[in-house]
Amino acid sequence: MNATLQVAELHEAAGPRDRRVTQLEAIAREIRRLSVAAIYHAGSGHPGGSLSCADILAVLYGTVLNLPHADHPDIDRDLFVLSKGHAAPALYATWAAFGLMSRAEALTLRKLGSRAQGHPHVLDCPLAESSTGSLGQGFSVSIGMAMGLRQQGRAPRVYALLGDGEMQEGEVWEGAMCAAHYGLANLCAVIDYNKLQSDDRNAAIMGLEPLAQKWRAFGWNTLEINGHDVAGLLAAFEAARNERTLPTIIIAHTTKGKGVPYMEDHPQWHGSVKLTPEQITSALTSLDTDPAKAEGLLNGRG
Amino acid sequence: MAVVERAAPQLIGTSGDSLREAFGKALVEWSRERPRVVVLDADIAGGTGVHHFRKALPHRFFQFGIAEQNMMAAAGGMAATGLVPVVTTFAVFCLRAIEQARLSIAYAKRNVKIVASHPGIDVGPDGGSAQALEDLAAFRAIPGMTVISPADPEEMRQATRAILDFEGPVYMRTGRSASTRLFGPAHKFEIGVGQMLRDGRDVSLVACGVEVSRALEAADLLAAAKISARVINMPTIKPIDSAILAEASVDTGCIVTAEDHNIFGGLGGAVAEAIAQTQPCPIEFVGVRDQFGQSGEPQELAEFYGLTAPHIAAAARRAIARKESLRR
Ligand SMILES: Cc1ncc(C[n+]2csc(CCOP(=O)(O)OP(=O)(O)O)c2C)c(N)n1
Ligand SMILES: [Mg+2]
Repeated sequence: MNATLQVAELHEAAGPRDRRVTQLEAIAREIRRLSVAAIYHAGSGHPGGSLSCADILAVLYGTVLNLPHADHPDIDRDLFVLSKGHAAPALYATWAAFGLMSRAEALTLRKLGSRAQGHPHVLDCPLAESSTGSLGQGFSVSIGMAMGLRQQGRAPRVYALLGDGEMQEGEVWEGAMCAAHYGLANLCAVIDYNKLQSDDRNAAIMGLEPLAQKWRAFGWNTLEINGHDVAGLLAAFEAARNERTLPTIIIAHTTKGKGVPYMEDHPQWHGSVKLTPEQITSALTSLDTDPAKAEGLLNGRG
Repeated sequence: MAVVERAAPQLIGTSGDSLREAFGKALVEWSRERPRVVVLDADIAGGTGVHHFRKALPHRFFQFGIAEQNMMAAAGGMAATGLVPVVTTFAVFCLRAIEQARLSIAYAKRNVKIVASHPGIDVGPDGGSAQALEDLAAFRAIPGMTVISPADPEEMRQATRAILDFEGPVYMRTGRSASTRLFGPAHKFEIGVGQMLRDGRDVSLVACGVEVSRALEAADLLAAAKISARVINMPTIKPIDSAILAEASVDTGCIVTAEDHNIFGGLGGAVAEAIAQTQPCPIEFVGVRDQFGQSGEPQELAEFYGLTAPHIAAAARRAIARKESLRR
């Protein structure tokens, strides 16, 4: 992938695997910068849940998803569905970080006529693979995709990213039963387990624990990792790919608002957030943004 | 458009298949040569007619268990991979998953066919909880959703082929009870096209589903009283055939709609919207009058809720009276 990454951010001295990790960490930081900048320009949007999944998205698009590229434009691509569709800013930011959308377009988030709709819309952005925003649905869609691909004997794998609050939707557990019943080993779902949802902590709204036990009991290959640890994410996706009979769930423990200290682990940074100039400047500073890049992000050109 | 002179001339005998059985058989017939068609069921294949498909093409039949929301959205996902999913359950349970139909099917413009059995009070003894009287209104309000309610087994057979070959999301009603056969193989169903079954001057009766045969009966009752009624079969509720309606309005000056559905938002609503924008005229609505149903045999219920031929004929007289008072 042609990551629009600054060479200065790479640690040249590191070994190949470490270098990949460092590279992906840098991309995740870039995803975070673009996400908060887009939300700043939009005057609304969901920063907390965009920041918590940046590392997961960086790893997915950086190494996991088999997507068309210059040498293989007609590849039967892997499918990724952002079931927690309110993290759309992070999805557009990811595409921008990998050159799949222009940075300027990612910053048109939520504007009239923009392809960067408030929640991903597949008719605007085919790479969204489905239109999401109503929690629970993208997961079922990904299950249908996995079933459809298997029915046709096709190789692509299907990935979905869910929120932890999303677990409260009954549809998720309908889908959990279904994917296990059909042994959809070509499906891998990730839970962005940031412990917060819209109004409060999961535990206060409607407790989820013991979450891993629930998924195991539902018949899934269940992995539990630190969702900000790139090496751990790489290993988990590899384990999912090697699983032959069960669908895989990766429970990724994360911090909501990760990377912007004043947002970290606070429910009030979930959604409908209008960032002030001071707040965006502070966020970009926390994210180690060099002044030239910060200017591009703030003037909307990317 | 074939204009038929006499009352119910295409009537070739009563009973025969229910619409759900006709659908189930037609689905097998048309799916054999359409390998991308797959069927999704939520533990009621025996009731929806797709038990025929399960038997004939088991490798293309997907059991989702009693989990309609997951089934509906998964259908959107299957369509994304190029399959043509036919999602089947009772009409009330389609309502349970309507938000999945809205987002994961219609908004994403997926080529999914939602086929709902057990609509309206035609459901009978299962009672109010099972009698969907809101589905046409609800699905019609979803942008890009085509809504169809065929009238008899032959029309169901043809409509089944038509929806499989149509590109885009469709909601289609079948029916539970034995249906009256109205059409022979010469009948021609086309999405979006209404059809004059009988010409008339004084009033137009526009009906869909089980109400078409009752509208034909009503035309006979009216003819006996020297009232000439045009009967229009309107199997596609959306997009509605507004040309045939405007013509009916000009020619007969008033309209009665008849459907096994709430009088709000279904066929009656669609006809009123179309007529308001073309050739306004008095319209009377025959249907369930904004109430829930109850247990009973379908025919008993039709009488109780005012859906039978005499009720349609009475509505026709009211429509004609309103037309005449406007002209005075
Ligand atoms: C079906 C549905 N109900 C309610 C909402 C409104 N909503 C948007 S985000 C959200 C909280 C989601 O929490 P979580 O899944 O934990 O996401 P994250 O913490 O990753 O942002 C809610 C309730 C929705 N989008 N969909
Ligand atoms: Mg959360």
